[in-house]
This record gives sequence, C-alpha cells and structure tokens, in this order.
Amino acid sequence: MRIGTLKETYLGDAALFDSRTQKGWLIVLAAALVLFPFFAGSYWLYLACLVAINVASASGLNILTGYTGLVSLGQAAFMGLGAYTVAVLEIRLGTPFLLNLLAGGFVAMLGGLVVGIPSLRVKGLYLAIVTIAASFIAHFLFANFDLTGGTAGLTVPPAQIFGLQLDTSFKLYWLIVPITALMLLGSANLFRTRIGRAFIAIRDRDISAEVLGIPLLRTKLLSFGLSSFYAGVAGGLFAYFFRVITPESFPLSMSIFFLAAIIVGGMGTQLGAVLGATFMTLVPEALKLIVDIMPGGASFTVFLSPVRTIVFGLLIIGFLVFEPQGLAEVWRRIRRFFHLWPFRT
Amino acid sequence: MDWLTLFEVSLTGLASGGLYALAALAFVMVYKGTRVVNLAIGEMLMAGAYLFFTFAAMFALPIWLAIPAAVLAAGVLGGVIERTMIRPLLGEPPISVFMVTIGLGSVLVGLVEVIWSADQKRLPDFLPDDPIMVGEAFLSPKVFWGAVIAAVFIAAVLLLFRFWRGGVALRATASDQAAAYSVGINVPRVFSLSWVVGAMIAAVSGIIVGSIGGISSAMGVFGLSVLVVVIVGGLDSVLGALVAGLLIGVIEAVAGFYLGGEYKLLATFIVLVAVLMLRPYGLFGTHEIERL
Repeated sequence: MRIGTLKETYLGDAALFDSRTQKGWLIVLAAALVLFPFFAGSYWLYLACLVAINVASASGLNILTGYTGLVSLGQAAFMGLGAYTVAVLEIRLGTPFLLNLLAGGFVAMLGGLVVGIPSLRVKGLYLAIVTIAASFIAHFLFANFDLTGGTAGLTVPPAQIFGLQLDTSFKLYWLIVPITALMLLGSANLFRTRIGRAFIAIRDRDISAEVLGIPLLRTKLLSFGLSSFYAGVAGGLFAYFFRVITPESFPLSMSIFFLAAIIVGGMGTQLGAVLGATFMTLVPEALKLIVDIMPGGASFTVFLSPVRTIVFGLLIIGFLVFEPQGLAEVWRRIRRFFHLWPFRT
Repeated sequence: MDWLTLFEVSLTGLASGGLYALAALAFVMVYKGTRVVNLAIGEMLMAGAYLFFTFAAMFALPIWLAIPAAVLAAGVLGGVIERTMIRPLLGEPPISVFMVTIGLGSVLVGLVEVIWSADQKRLPDFLPDDPIMVGEAFLSPKVFWGAVIAAVFIAAVLLLFRFWRGGVALRATASDQAAAYSVGINVPRVFSLSWVVGAMIAAVSGIIVGSIGGISSAMGVFGLSVLVVVIVGGLDSVLGALVAGLLIGVIEAVAGFYLGGEYKLLATFIVLVAVLMLRPYGLFGTHEIERL
C-alpha cells in the first residue's frame, strides 16, 4: 500500500516523473502506443491520429487558458494559420515536412502575438470575444486570398520522408503521435521553469504577479505565442492528415470544442488536456457506433448530428455543474481508491 | 456617391439596429442581474422564435394568442435554465458560467434540430406590408415595423426598470448584492427574475427577427452580432446597448451594401477590436477598479 510520496530534495520535488511506479506505467503506455498500429484496423488508426492532433492543440490551449487564465476562443484560427502555412509551403516550395511544421508553428505564433496584444488592457470575457474576432478575421483572410485558394481551399500533397509518402493512417501515425508526445513533454517541462511559474502566477492573480516583478504584457504575449505555436503545429499535422483544407475547416465551433475539451478534462493539468481531448473526440464516434448497433438504426441516423450537438452541450454543462475539476480529478479519485484499498476515503 | 442610397441603407441599418438593441437588452438584463455573460443569447432568441412557430403554425393559434404564449413559454424556459444550470454555479469563476452558456447554446440548437429539423421555416406573416417611405427613401415594411415594435418594447422595459418593484430590486441587486440582501431583497429570486425576463425579451426579438428573415437552426449567428453590440456598448450598460445596437446596425448595413455580405461580420468585429483597444470596458461600461 502506497499512501504518499516522500521527497528529500527540491530536485525530487520538481522532477518530471515523480515516482518509480509512474515511470513504469509511462513505459507501459509508450510500449502500447508503439504496438498499437500493428494490431489496430485502419478506422482505429484514423481515430488515433485524430485524437493525437486534438491532444496537441488542446494542450496548447491549456497553456493559455488553463495555466495563464486567458480565455481564448481563437484556437481553431491559429490551427488554420498553421495548416495554411504548411499547405502553401508544401505546394509552392516542397520543403521537408518538419521544416513546414515548424514554419506553421511560427506563423501561428506571430498571429497569436498579434491577438495577444489587447490582453493587457482587455480582460476576462472581453478578451474571449476579441479572440472570436480573431477567428472571424482569419476566416476572412483564408477565404479571400489567392495564395490560400479562396473558398475552394487547398489540396495538400502527402508528407514525404526519404521518398516515402506518408499517405495512410498507418504511416501518418508515426509522424503525428511522436510529435504530439514531444509537445506534451515540452509543455509538462514548461511548468517546471521560471516562465511556466510566471504563467501560473498571472492566472492566480495578475496584479500580485505584477507586484512580484513579472512583466505582465511580455509574459501574457509569451503565453499566447506558445499556445498558438502548439495550435499551428497541430494545424500543420491536420493539413497532412486530411490533405484538404478550406476556410470552413477551422470554424468557431472548433475553438469551442477545444475549450470544452480542456474543461471536461480538467483545466490547468497536463493529464486534463490529454483526457479531455481524447474523450471529446471519441464521444461522437461512440454515438455513431451506438446508432449503428441500434435496431432500425437507419431511421436514427437523421438525428445523429443534432444528438451529437446536444450531447456535446450536455457534457460541458454536466462537467461544470457536477465535476468542475474534470476527468483529471476523476482519474485522481480512482487512483486514490486503489492506493487506499481496502480503506475508503 | 449616391446620397439617397446611403441614406436608405443607413435607415435600414438603424431599423435592424433597433432589433440588435432589443436583443442586447435581453443580454444586459441577465448580466446586470446575475453577472453571467450569456453566450447563448442567439440560441435563446431562436428558441423563442421556434416556440412562436409551434404555437402559431403547428397548433394554429391566432397571432395575438400565439405571441404571449411563446413569450410565456420562453420565460419558463429561462427560469428552468437559471435553476438547473446557473444557480449551482454561483460563486464559480466567470469562465465556468460562461462555458455553461456555450453548452446551453449547443443543447438548444440540437433540440431545435431534433424537434423541428434543421430546414429553414417561415413564420406566419403578421407585420403589415405596405411600403414605408421616409422622405424619398424606401424602407422595407417588415424591417420598419420590427424596429417599431422593438422600440416600444425597449421603452416598456426601461419604464419597468424605473418604476416596477421588481425592476428596482433588480437594479439594487446589480449595484450591490450584499446591500440588497440587507434591505430585504430576495436576491435569489431576483436572479430567477432576471433570467425569466431576459428570456422573454429574447423571445420577443426572436419572433421579430424570425418574421423578417425566416427561422432556422442557424439563427444563433444573429447572437454573435448581439455579443459585439453588448461588448461595444459595455456589458452592464442599458444605454450602451441601445447606442451600440444602432451603431452596429448601421455599420453592418453600410459594410454589407458597399463591400458585400461577407464583410458584415468582419466590419463589426474590427469596430469591436478598435473600441476595446481604446475603452476596454466598452463605450458606457462600468470601469472596474482592481486592487489587491
């Protein structure tokens, strides 16, 4: 029975993986992720890639909204910026995909810095509405430029490595999942540094943070930039994954989806972004499966899309009302149950 | 430049701005009473319009009965929303409450699509359709009468605010909750009240908007313009809602006419960003002083 962790050094306290058990389970998880594509069918691989892209973007939003406390409804717009950058580079220049992804991230980062500028003066919900404005302006730009192919959008050639085309979910899995894992590791590490702690200080009380000597504008901009960088890379992966992008690929409802994902998962925790994005991506698929199984399923398919909308809304409301700490808290409770068993909490 | 056309376009803009102002009033009502930013305002509008559609077209009630019935039903809906979703979140950070209203919007859209399907529908005509001429300029009769009804309602709400006991209680709660409690105002009841009244006003504007342009499950987009209106005007200012409503109405109409329909939202959002950079609390919003 393990009822606590003993730490004898500050280094131990700040360690990325705090116990041997945790390291063990992470190795198991990594092994499972490596073995997964060899056993899974193409549908499950498709889902896995989609989940990984959403996890990457959600963990970016988590940096901004969960850790820095700046609510943003523009994540989809930044993903769009990244996706379009990647698409244009791939089509016009044919540069290697890793370079394109980085470029996508940096362009989105620039966009994020611009959108972040009002964040010093404008706070809370006003800021959320400003980010909605950003997503409309981005949509407008995508739809009205020659470079982005207007409303018809762009068709992206598959990513290539050493002449090998990454055109199936199986091959893309090896591109998307490692990058997502790297990004998650990066954001987990971020909060062990000075910058990450400054973000948290701003979230908890921005005026005290300023008094403590944290430059507010610079730190908030940095948070916007980092979060958009994540969104941009995720958007780039999105472009390689779906291969067709149009201005309609990145609607406002997608930004809402990501905000909902981190709320359902648990804001301001690494696990939350992962669990939330996974859960929210899989729920619609689960609904589809249920409808397929139901007798006379064909007559229900008409209702599939509105029922998804309703379930999406109910999930947000239900989690906020009954489980405001999200799935991460549920997970913690389950873990505690096993730690303390046979005693009850 | 043709001045008459500009005048005509701005006039139409002013008239539709009246509708924005009415919907914005529904928003301000809820915000003043409960400090909840209701992002589902467009969807509540839509719910009101669909309720009216049900009573008028499906149950075939006469118009004068269908409108009050729809408004009352919307009020009940508002009360239920307040009890089940907003009340449990008292004291939670504003972003949680704001996300709940996003969820609410999603649920309402889904329900409308399940019950009435996503197709566009027409509301029964009840606005007179003789052409309206203002000097030389022509104004679409539906838009004109919509604006007139909106103006009448806005005036009525303002009077209620000023003289009715409930209105006074609401204003008292808005300005200082603890003080309102201590003089014997039932604050939780005021919370319910502001949602009920807010939903009713939203339903009225939904019925007008729907009878001008038809109703569909995508009507919530109207709510985005309304959000811009309330943010530009200042979240908690009734005067701001009115002024910004007319302003955004005119800007949208002019941008839509001279640049094309896709510039409408773009123009309003650019105005929004510009206003917020200069006045972070909107044109007439209360400037909150923050201290440690």
